[in-house]
Amino acid sequence: MSKALAVSPASIEELQSLAKSVRSNIVRMVASAQSGHPGGSLSAVELGVALFWNHLRCDPERPDWPERDRFILSKGHATPFYYSLLAERGYFSTELLAAFRSLGSPLQGHPSMGAVPGVEMSSGSLGQGLSFAIGHAIAGRLDRRDYRCWVLMGDGELNEGQVWEAAMAVPHFGLGDRIIAMIDRNGIQNDGFADTIMKTHPAEMWRGFGWHVIECDGHDMAAVDQALSEAERPHDQPRCIVAHTVKGRGVSFMENNPGFHGKAPTAEQLETAIAEIERGLL
Amino acid sequence: MTTAPPAAATREAYPHALLQLVEEGVDVVAIDADLSVSTMGYQFGEKHPDRWMTVGVAEANMVGIAAGLAACGKTAFIASFASFLPGRCFDQLRTSVSQPKGGLSVKAVASHGGITVGEDGASAQAIEDLALATSLISFDVVVPADFEEAKQAIVAVGKTPRPAYVRTGRPKVPALYGPDYRFEIGRASMLRPGRDVTVIACGILVDAALKAAEVLAGEGIDARVLNMATIKPIDREAVLSAGRETGAIVTAEEHQTHGGLGTAVARVLAAELPTPIEFVGVDRYGTSGKWDELLQYFELTPERLVVAAKMAIARKR
Repeated sequence: MSKALAVSPASIEELQSLAKSVRSNIVRMVASAQSGHPGGSLSAVELGVALFWNHLRCDPERPDWPERDRFILSKGHATPFYYSLLAERGYFSTELLAAFRSLGSPLQGHPSMGAVPGVEMSSGSLGQGLSFAIGHAIAGRLDRRDYRCWVLMGDGELNEGQVWEAAMAVPHFGLGDRIIAMIDRNGIQNDGFADTIMKTHPAEMWRGFGWHVIECDGHDMAAVDQALSEAERPHDQPRCIVAHTVKGRGVSFMENNPGFHGKAPTAEQLETAIAEIERGLL
Repeated sequence: MTTAPPAAATREAYPHALLQLVEEGVDVVAIDADLSVSTMGYQFGEKHPDRWMTVGVAEANMVGIAAGLAACGKTAFIASFASFLPGRCFDQLRTSVSQPKGGLSVKAVASHGGITVGEDGASAQAIEDLALATSLISFDVVVPADFEEAKQAIVAVGKTPRPAYVRTGRPKVPALYGPDYRFEIGRASMLRPGRDVTVIACGILVDAALKAAEVLAGEGIDARVLNMATIKPIDREAVLSAGRETGAIVTAEEHQTHGGLGTAVARVLAAELPTPIEFVGVDRYGTSGKWDELLQYFELTPERLVVAAKMAIARKR
C-alpha cells in the first residue's frame, strides 16, 4: 500500500512537544467546561500524536478525502483528546476548543459525525467503533481503495460484547491489512480500577480472537511510534496494539486516580496541571 | 422483472427488491445475521456475492458495519427477524445510524414481524419493533401489506438517503395490488371508500379490515379502509380526511397499541381533529400456535374489527 503522508514524519522530540500542547488543551477544555473526561484523554495522547503526525494518511484540508485513512474514536468520551488532536493537526482552529461542551458549539461532549471536520463517527455509547471500521474497510475493498482504519478503544470498553462480535469478524473477512485496533490500557474505568470492576486480559483476548498483538509502553513516544510502524507491516493476522498507559498521565493528582475519569479540575488544580504538563516532570 | 404470485409472504419480496435496486444502479450492500434463509437475503447473495455478507449471530455488529458502509456512500441493507432487529441492536441503530448527519443510509428490513411468526412463541413474536423504530428520529417506518407493496416499499426506501425500517411477515398473504400499484413513502392507500367509519390498518391486518368492511356493509355500515403502510411519516392528510369524513376510526395492527400505528394516528387526530378511535392490537405476550390460530387467539380478526367499528361509531357525538 502506498502511504504518502501530507507532511514528512516528525521527530520524537517534535512529537513530545506536540503531546504537551495536546495535554494542556485537554485540561484547559475540561476545566473550562467544568465537565468532561480528562483521565482517558491524557492516557491516549502519545498514541494519538504519533498516529496523526507520523502514520495516519490524512489531509486536514480535505477531511472527506475518499483515500484518507480513518481514525475512529470508539471510546467516545475522550473528546478533549480527540478535538485537541484534530485542532493541533489543523482540522479546525484551536480557538474553538474553549467552547467545548457549551451550547451552540459543534464540540459536543461526545463526538457527533458531520458536526466537526475529521470526526468519522458518532460515538459515546461504547463498543461500536470496530464494527463501524469494518463497514469502512469493506467499502474500501469494494471501491478498490487502500486506506486503513485505525480504531482506538478503551480497556473498560472491552467489557462490551459488540467489540468481540467485531473482533471475530475482522480476521474472518480478511480485513487485517485494512483495520488496526488500538487499546488504551489505562486500567481504570468509570466506576474504578478495571481489574475490580470487570477483569479483562486484553492481550490474551485479542490473541484468542486471531489477532497479532503488539504491546508497548503507551507513554514512550519512540516505542509508540515503533508499535504503529510494526502494525502497518503486512502480517497474516490483523494487528492490535495494546498500549500500557496511565490514566491521567502528565498531571500528578490525576494519574491513576479513578476520580478523574470524568471530573473537571478546579481553577487552582488547573494551574498546577498546566505547570506540571509544561515542566514535563512526569 | 418479477410478478407476484397470488399469495406470497411479504418477506419474499426482499431479494427481488434488492436485485431491482442493483439493476437500477443503486450501490447496495446487504448484510444478514445467520437468518438469511428466512429473511431470503441469501437469494440476493447468490446473485451478487460481492454485495452480500453474513456476520453470524451478531446483530449489533451488523448494524455497525452497515453504518460504516453507509458512511462511505453505500446503500446498506440489514436483515433479521423483527424480534432482534431493532430490539437486539437498538442502541447501535440510534447512535451509529440515526444520529449522525441526520441519519445514515441504512435500511433495516425485519422479517417475521408480529405474532404470525407462529410456533416459535413469545420471544420470537415482535410486538415492540414499531414502537422502537418509530422512536428513531431519522427513520422512515413502513409495514407493507402484500408482496407487491413490500417490493416497492423496499425499493423506495433504498432510493432515499434516509435510514428506514421495513417490517415484513412470515406467512403468505393474499395479493392486494398488481404491478400497476405505485407505493409512495408517507402516502396511505384507500382500498375501499366509506362514510361511516374508517378502519386504518397495516400489514396483515389490511386483509382483515377489508373482510370486516364487507361484514359491516351487510349491516348497512359503510366502512372506509385505509392501508397505512407508512407509519412514519404518517399520512396526516389521509388521517384527517378519514376523521372529517367518517367521524370514527379503528386502527388495526399486529403490534401492541402503544407506539405503533394506533399511536401515530391518534397523535394526528388528538392534536388537530379529536375523533373517537378504537385501537386493535396485541397488548400481551404471545404463545406458540399456528399463525392463523394466533390471529384468532389475539382477536386480530374481521369479527373483532367489526365490533370495534361499531364501538367507534357509537362514540360519535
